[in-house]
Amino acid sequence: MSATFGDLLAVGAVNPVPWARSQMAFTLAFHIILVPLGVSWAFMTLIANYRAVRHNDHDALLLAQRWSKYMAVTFAVGAVTGTVLSFNFGLLWPRFMGQWGEAFGVPFAFEGLFFFTEAIFVAIYIFGWRRLRPWTHFWTGVPIALAGVFGAISVVAANAWMNAPSGFTLGANGEVVDVDPWEVIFNKAMPLQAAHMVVAAYLVGGFLIASVYAAGMLRGRTDRYHRLGFVIPFTIAAIATPLQMAVGDALARWVFNDQPEKFAAIELVPQTHAHVPETLLGHLNSDDTVTGGIPIPGLASWLSDPSTGTSTVVKGLDTVPVADQPTISEVNVVHLAWDVMVGAGTLLFLLAVWYAAIWLLRRRMPASRWFLRAAAGAGVLAVVTMEAGWVVTEVGRQPWIVYNLMKVEEAATGNTGVWLTFIAVVLLYVALGVTTIAVLRSMSRRFRRGGGFVDEDVPYGPSAGKQPEAVEPVP
Amino acid sequence: MSTVIAVVLLLALTAYAVFGGADFGAGLWDLAAGGPDRGAEPRGLIEHAIGPVWEANHVWLIFIFVVTWTAFPTAYESIWLTMFVPLTIAALGIVMRGASFAFRKSVRTLRYRRIFGGGFAIASVLVPFCMGAVAGGIASGQVPSGGRAGDPVHSWLNPTSVVTGVLAVAVAAYLAAVYLVWDARRADDTEMVEYFRRRAVRAAAVAAVLAAVGLVIVRSDASYVFDGLTSRALPVALLSVACGVGALVLLLRDAARGARVLAVAAVAGIILSWGVAQWPYLLPETLTVQEAAAPNGTLTALVVAVVLALLLVLPGFLILYALVQHQMLPDEGVEDVGDRPLGNSAA
Repeated sequence: MSATFGDLLAVGAVNPVPWARSQMAFTLAFHIILVPLGVSWAFMTLIANYRAVRHNDHDALLLAQRWSKYMAVTFAVGAVTGTVLSFNFGLLWPRFMGQWGEAFGVPFAFEGLFFFTEAIFVAIYIFGWRRLRPWTHFWTGVPIALAGVFGAISVVAANAWMNAPSGFTLGANGEVVDVDPWEVIFNKAMPLQAAHMVVAAYLVGGFLIASVYAAGMLRGRTDRYHRLGFVIPFTIAAIATPLQMAVGDALARWVFNDQPEKFAAIELVPQTHAHVPETLLGHLNSDDTVTGGIPIPGLASWLSDPSTGTSTVVKGLDTVPVADQPTISEVNVVHLAWDVMVGAGTLLFLLAVWYAAIWLLRRRMPASRWFLRAAAGAGVLAVVTMEAGWVVTEVGRQPWIVYNLMKVEEAATGNTGVWLTFIAVVLLYVALGVTTIAVLRSMSRRFRRGGGFVDEDVPYGPSAGKQPEAVEPVP
Repeated sequence: MSTVIAVVLLLALTAYAVFGGADFGAGLWDLAAGGPDRGAEPRGLIEHAIGPVWEANHVWLIFIFVVTWTAFPTAYESIWLTMFVPLTIAALGIVMRGASFAFRKSVRTLRYRRIFGGGFAIASVLVPFCMGAVAGGIASGQVPSGGRAGDPVHSWLNPTSVVTGVLAVAVAAYLAAVYLVWDARRADDTEMVEYFRRRAVRAAAVAAVLAAVGLVIVRSDASYVFDGLTSRALPVALLSVACGVGALVLLLRDAARGARVLAVAAVAGIILSWGVAQWPYLLPETLTVQEAAAPNGTLTALVVAVVLALLLVLPGFLILYALVQHQMLPDEGVEDVGDRPLGNSAA
């Protein structure tokens, strides 16, 4: 058996690097959609829960209760896809971990702490509706929201370290001989990158959940329950959007100063010069010319440093040796992703302004069907924005896995079967994605059909002190 | 300092075996429960028992990975380069298992519950086998030091690996059955108590035979570990055997609470005696824990994280267990009218 298995492996011997990159990108792209839900949904649920208990609000109670059920599903899917990511480090990038684990690994030790806390309290909160006292139950939800934020910060700290590696000393053979964990975690890229991701989690989570209720309202379900389900998340998203633009602007300036190649790719700048235009769309050719797109003269220079205006010099790709430059297609991916992120982010901002304006003028949410249509599309748009932003930071770091220290191809596994695992992962994840959506939808349909709690079985109701019945399997 | 981290790692492995292992074992009983009618009752009990805690248990594994890659990076590199295949299977199995279990609870029609139930159950057997096989491969020196890859097939399909893999499945099944006896007793379900008690006894017998066979194989295949088991790890190993026998006796006499404690001690003893037996090596006879360890700054950070975990996470974990034990977490949310099973007027 062993011989035939070995033969099989030999037949499948394919360069693992591109497949390892694909598998990492694919699993991350999938997991990152669940991150905003894991980080921000608990907070929104707590708002509804608070209203419910404080103001004896039945709609809010129903909402919080159902959200916690959906959350159970998305949290479970997020937990497994997150676990796969931790497998991926070893399966795909063992050389990266072998060389840098002692530094790169440190933030994960703390992330584990927060994830553990989150998992524990998610379990208590979701299963505690019936028998915990109302305020006790509410407070068991608070650690979920906090742990989500700090967990995200820890993971992003590790990613930021790949962009700004610090906190270690190298020995004669290039091995890590000394580590300063504080410097590793609080590396220079960490504060802004972490802030950008946490705000993104609230922004995307808000728009995504609100979009479901916007779609419901378009179908005529405009009762108070649906309005509440829209207003809570959309308000959070609307607050997060301008905040995100400010954080993003600061982060872009950090990239301009500290990762000039990434910035050059973002702005399509092959050679160092001043008066760099902001090119909307368009692409770079191998002869360093830019084709297509709409150039706005001097804007990229001006945005990089308003104090020197359009005469700000922007470093080009040529500041680093050719071998250390991203490929032309990588540059174009980064640039396009940047345009998508900024463009879609701007649309989301306009939507937030619309909402805020109506709210300030008329003390109610916009009633226009066009607003609802836009809001229904904003969920997917927000996800696209976040994915694009993540592409900018990851592809923009190429060819490095650890900026200026280790290239991606040096980090990858030598196992040649990665193409097979990639296919398996894609198939499994597609099934997972389809099923997740199907399950969430079927839950929603069921809730709608049911239309409320089972009689005398409301949360915090008279049954709260009652002994539960014996286990009753569902046929 | 490296010793402290090695002990932490061993304890985390033990916790994963004891808590997570039971989750996997429950999946095996789910698989073996028979058709939808016959299996409905045990499946209901299983679902009820592992519902609130399974996600928390998952975290032990991630913790083990994080500690290994942070504290012992080159050993981590070697292990993952070598054990690519079983670890890939384990990863895919975990996705299938976790997702199926979550989905099965959320769907109501039989057909889909069956599909998800099947995915959950099969993965529950595959994952512990792979984990056990990896452990066996490490113990028998199949993983070379220095960030090199060992044989991609033989490293986990060798006599020691196969027997430890199967042993892991049996132990998981045994633990789960013992826990489920306890759960059934609390729910006053005498039929299920008897059902899982019989299975616990059977699984204990299988695990005992496998452990004995394993010892014989380890003697020739992983001599360093065998020598350790018969010398420095002997007290732990004997204690584990004594607990195992004690648990069996109590099970036969139907004393569920004591049996549970002793069964946990017996399983913990297996992992701990393995760790003690291969001390001071991380990869037997090629790489010691001390040689493999990361710089002191890293180890200090890990110790801080562990202390924080003891202060922050442990109380939460204990609260969760206490709430589960006192039946304060009976159900996911509260039943909506729509949650009632379709076409079943009795419900």
